[in-house]
Amino acid sequence: MVDAIRLRDDDVHEEPAVSLDSFLDQANATAVRIEAGEDARQLLPFLDRLSLIEIDFPVFGDGRGYSAAQILRESGYTGELRASGDVLLDQLAYMRRCGFDAFAPDSPINFELMQQAFSRYDHVYQATSDQRGPIWRLRHG
Amino acid sequence: MYQYDQYDQKMVDTRVEEFRDQVKRRLAGDLTEDQFKPLRLMNGLYLQLHAYMLRVAVPYGTMSGKQMRMLGHIARKYDRDYGHFTTRQNIQYNWIKLEDAPDILADLASVEMHAIQTSGNCIRNISSDQFAGATADEIADPRPWAELLRQWSSFHPEFSYLPRKFKFAVIASDTDRAAMRLHDIGIQLVLNEAGELGAKFFVGGGMGRTPMIAPEIRNFVPADELISYAEACLRVYNRYGRRDNKYKARIKILVHELGKDEYTRQVEEEFAHMNQLGLNPPVEELARITQYFQDPPFDKQASDDLNLSDPDFALWVDQNIAKHKQPGYAIATISLKPRGGIPGDASSAQIDLMADLAEQYSFDELRVTHSQNIVLPHVRKSDLYALWQTLDEAGLAPANLDLITDSIACPGLDYCSLANARSIPLAQKISERFADLGRQRELGELKLKISGCINACGHHHAGHIGILGVDRKGTENYQLLLGGSGAEDASLAKITGPGFTEDGVIDAIETVTDLYLEQREDGERFIDTYRRVGMARFKEAIYG
Repeated sequence: MVDAIRLRDDDVHEEPAVSLDSFLDQANATAVRIEAGEDARQLLPFLDRLSLIEIDFPVFGDGRGYSAAQILRESGYTGELRASGDVLLDQLAYMRRCGFDAFAPDSPINFELMQQAFSRYDHVYQATSDQRGPIWRLRHG
Repeated sequence: MYQYDQYDQKMVDTRVEEFRDQVKRRLAGDLTEDQFKPLRLMNGLYLQLHAYMLRVAVPYGTMSGKQMRMLGHIARKYDRDYGHFTTRQNIQYNWIKLEDAPDILADLASVEMHAIQTSGNCIRNISSDQFAGATADEIADPRPWAELLRQWSSFHPEFSYLPRKFKFAVIASDTDRAAMRLHDIGIQLVLNEAGELGAKFFVGGGMGRTPMIAPEIRNFVPADELISYAEACLRVYNRYGRRDNKYKARIKILVHELGKDEYTRQVEEEFAHMNQLGLNPPVEELARITQYFQDPPFDKQASDDLNLSDPDFALWVDQNIAKHKQPGYAIATISLKPRGGIPGDASSAQIDLMADLAEQYSFDELRVTHSQNIVLPHVRKSDLYALWQTLDEAGLAPANLDLITDSIACPGLDYCSLANARSIPLAQKISERFADLGRQRELGELKLKISGCINACGHHHAGHIGILGVDRKGTENYQLLLGGSGAEDASLAKITGPGFTEDGVIDAIETVTDLYLEQREDGERFIDTYRRVGMARFKEAIYG
């Protein structure tokens, strides 16, 4: 069981994430945390200097964080994108498809089952920010 | 009909294995019911009053005989020998054991079917016109577009934890047989000035506690931008739809609170961004899917003549047969509303028979309608009499399509844990009271819809006559509504006044239908007379 998962090879970013309002007040912070209701687009002018964006899931059924992640990746963010909070095994694969590459779940997750969840589906139907080629692309080249 | 390729098949097969694992973890206690609930819901498995209920998707209501027969097999093997066809063109089984569910999904996958996203706060089965591909009044077959949307919406990672469930309907005719504007997104295929096919978008309709008719937000979305436009509509909803109150969480509330213009502005802004992301399948993909929906090999020499010398057959033809685009053929609707029966129920033997008849007479194709009936879309007129005789022997030939006994009813308190009142026994009693076919035909087209609670699964807001069951101090009480329509003349029904007992509401229905007969002018349907005469006159007749 693991309580911090990172699917990146670069070094862990040491600076702790600050809240969105305090991030917007500081000229040099490089890590930020946004809550479910906050607008990820407010970060777009600062993506170059950000190394870590943490998106909170207050309950697993609150899916706003999926859209926040997609918006950040679509806008070119390449740093660590971490899902925190009520992050459960059965949502991890969808989170990864939306661009999350790190997870800080409230409760530890079975590592082996996580690997299984990531590799379970050979194909996907949609183009998302994980860059997996959708089935229609396989059909039409 | 669409057929899975290796990719589609792999997706549903994988889903079966995934769900098998999840059920195993639940039964072993590794998943709490709270954690398991959204997973089982996304596979169509509800926990109802007495047992699990499994809802199987019938995409846009279209099936082959083989698929239909599998539905009969499931009823026989895993349930109590019957199934219930729903207003979402699906089928559900009411007595399922959790441990059987993975095997049922495996059986379904073996005939290219599934229960993916038939529940949960995600994009549900895409519904469509049950006469698609057979009717002369459509500009194209809407089902390839529905299939494109089905694939896009299946396992969509961004839109699987929406504020609330999300329903699409796609039609391609000015005649709306799918209650299109009562969906979260309703799409009507249209032609632009260049003669190209595109999608007109209506967003924010729905029934439930707060019924709304969807406003049009875009008059033309080209085929190769359909997916990114739908993504934009969903993304604005996912980000800003209300999550503080599940009764205000549907997209209709967001569109209503923002206003249509502001919602549209946000969608267009998101679309301008998303349309650049390469989300749209190439037009070749829609063309590939469309290939599967070519006309069957009609006999161009088929005779258009019909011998109507058997009066019972003539009645059925007059009521249940619709005009086909191909001369010599007809669209036949099999009514699942026998006298005193449960609307939408069919036994496994009836399901098997309908599968056989589809193979024998309808180029191996069936449709489920949102009115809980079954359609054989392509029947040669010269075969209609033989078809009718077989249906009649099996109790499947009520000649009551669109008449007062062709009612929609939700499962109600007999099954549903949300219901306040029973719907089914009321539908059965109404069916008995108005059993005389001559009387029904005298009343003409009359859409009667019954819901057992304000969630409106029985579409009472869209009934020419609607009935809403409520709980009044511990007893079931029924409110009467008049004037709704789910068709192209969409309107929302209004409550007449204080509610009634079960027998009292049936008496009130007789009062309003009597008033209609007395007041109607030439050619007017019940709904037309109601609209002309107004609620006050009907109220007066009911309450004196």
